[in-house]
Amino acid sequence: MEQNFVYDLIGENLIGYVIVAAMPLMFVLVYALVAILGELKISAWIQERLGPMRTGWKGVLQPIAEVVKLLQKEDITPANVNKPLFNVAPFIMFTGAYAAYAVIPFSSVFVPSGINIGLFYVFAVSAFAIIGIVMGGWASNNKYSLLGAMRAAAQMISYEIPIAIAILAVATLAGSLDMQEIIKQQAGGIWNWFLFGGTGSIAKVWVIPFTFALFLIYFIGSLAETNRVPFDIPEGESEIVAGYHTEYSGMKFAMFFFAEYSNMFVVSAIITILFLGGWQSPFGDFMNGPVWQSIWFISKAMFFVFVQIWLRWTLPRLRVDQLMYVTWKVMLPVAFVAFFAVAFWAMIK
Amino acid sequence: MALYDVIFYLFATIVLVSAGGVVFSRKMMYSAFSLLFTFFGVSGLYVLLSADFIAVTQIMVYVGGILVLIIFGVMLTTKITGVDIKSGTLGAFQMGIAGLASLAIAVFMIIMSMNTQWMQKDPLAETSTTVEAIGGLLFTEYLLAFGVAAILLLVAFIGAALIARRK
Repeated sequence: MEQNFVYDLIGENLIGYVIVAAMPLMFVLVYALVAILGELKISAWIQERLGPMRTGWKGVLQPIAEVVKLLQKEDITPANVNKPLFNVAPFIMFTGAYAAYAVIPFSSVFVPSGINIGLFYVFAVSAFAIIGIVMGGWASNNKYSLLGAMRAAAQMISYEIPIAIAILAVATLAGSLDMQEIIKQQAGGIWNWFLFGGTGSIAKVWVIPFTFALFLIYFIGSLAETNRVPFDIPEGESEIVAGYHTEYSGMKFAMFFFAEYSNMFVVSAIITILFLGGWQSPFGDFMNGPVWQSIWFISKAMFFVFVQIWLRWTLPRLRVDQLMYVTWKVMLPVAFVAFFAVAFWAMIK
Repeated sequence: MALYDVIFYLFATIVLVSAGGVVFSRKMMYSAFSLLFTFFGVSGLYVLLSADFIAVTQIMVYVGGILVLIIFGVMLTTKITGVDIKSGTLGAFQMGIAGLASLAIAVFMIIMSMNTQWMQKDPLAETSTTVEAIGGLLFTEYLLAFGVAAILLLVAFIGAALIARRK
């Protein structure tokens, strides 16, 4: 595990392991505050409002106030819910969301676990989110919660398929499932990112439309995976109140909320790793030190978090049948064609 | 090595306790959700055996696929038909037979595991990738089995689509 600076400093012992496991958590907590503020402010600007203005300078302390409010709320367990499952569901959901951070490389010198099947692992642990949602929805003993949970599960399972094909195409192109290896293959500036077909001679231009298509498919699918607009029918307020977390309040709701936000960062990070060179600097070797790399990585991923927020406040919601139409009849065939093109390019390259 | 042992016993406890939950709980829904922890623990044990690919596949297939299917089945039948699915108790005679059979299987398994020559390997040794080895074997030595499995899945897929279409 030479790719981890914490082990170089402290050594591979229990303290080192705990620090490595806790570092992404620190990041997630800070990131969630930033993302909440972003959600509030960006939605306000899109709707020509000012947003929160009274807590701190221009309202920058608003997320802290919100978190304090959530922490102070009474921990309510409604009378007719299934208590054990109701209380466990938020933890399963957050565990699944946080587990993905185990393989996300923030820099060439920091990745919590450099396993060589990182991409496959991220894809697998997203299953825990489905179980957590279904568990919470079922245990709430509320028809809106159950409907929301069913919709979420059906949607997440359907959209996994085009996403899997997009991931598979990049894995074919890189010849590896190791995140660090995939990123290393995109060295040398913007033109070598997998969004532009990876490294290769000028002959690669014909494959760029296909990698672009896969990029869009992965992005659209990831919106559905995180239940964001336009795919937020599991929590469509006008139909089913708030979906699977209708009955939750206080800290347990906060855990669902944190899980959703950390999932948003995970999918943005995966897009960044697969298509936008991960921690590689866009200028080749210029500004490509370990600290710069983490800055590049976080800013690229945060850009996609911003796009998700932006879409949420500008697009309407799809209907259930439209949702299924998009995944099975549009995204899946396009993904297959693009996959074969990319696989062909990977073969002749 | 002590840390390795601690982790092993942790996962083994998770597997045993949750498997007990699957078998002994009266409500089907609790059994289904206990199964989640069993699968999780088993995949942890796979990791300790340096079989990382199998561990992730375990989560992918069992948690992401089969468990979701089971929970869907239980959830829909309970909530929609209004029948609360619970497992009943058996008579003493059936209990006795089942207990004896389980005991016999357990004794057989213990004897077998004591007498097997297990492959010994340093668990903390750095392992190279298992994906390439598995892929290579699948497409050379076990190509026939791989192809048959693929066709089987395709048939099941088409069959499911056909049944769903008829209504």
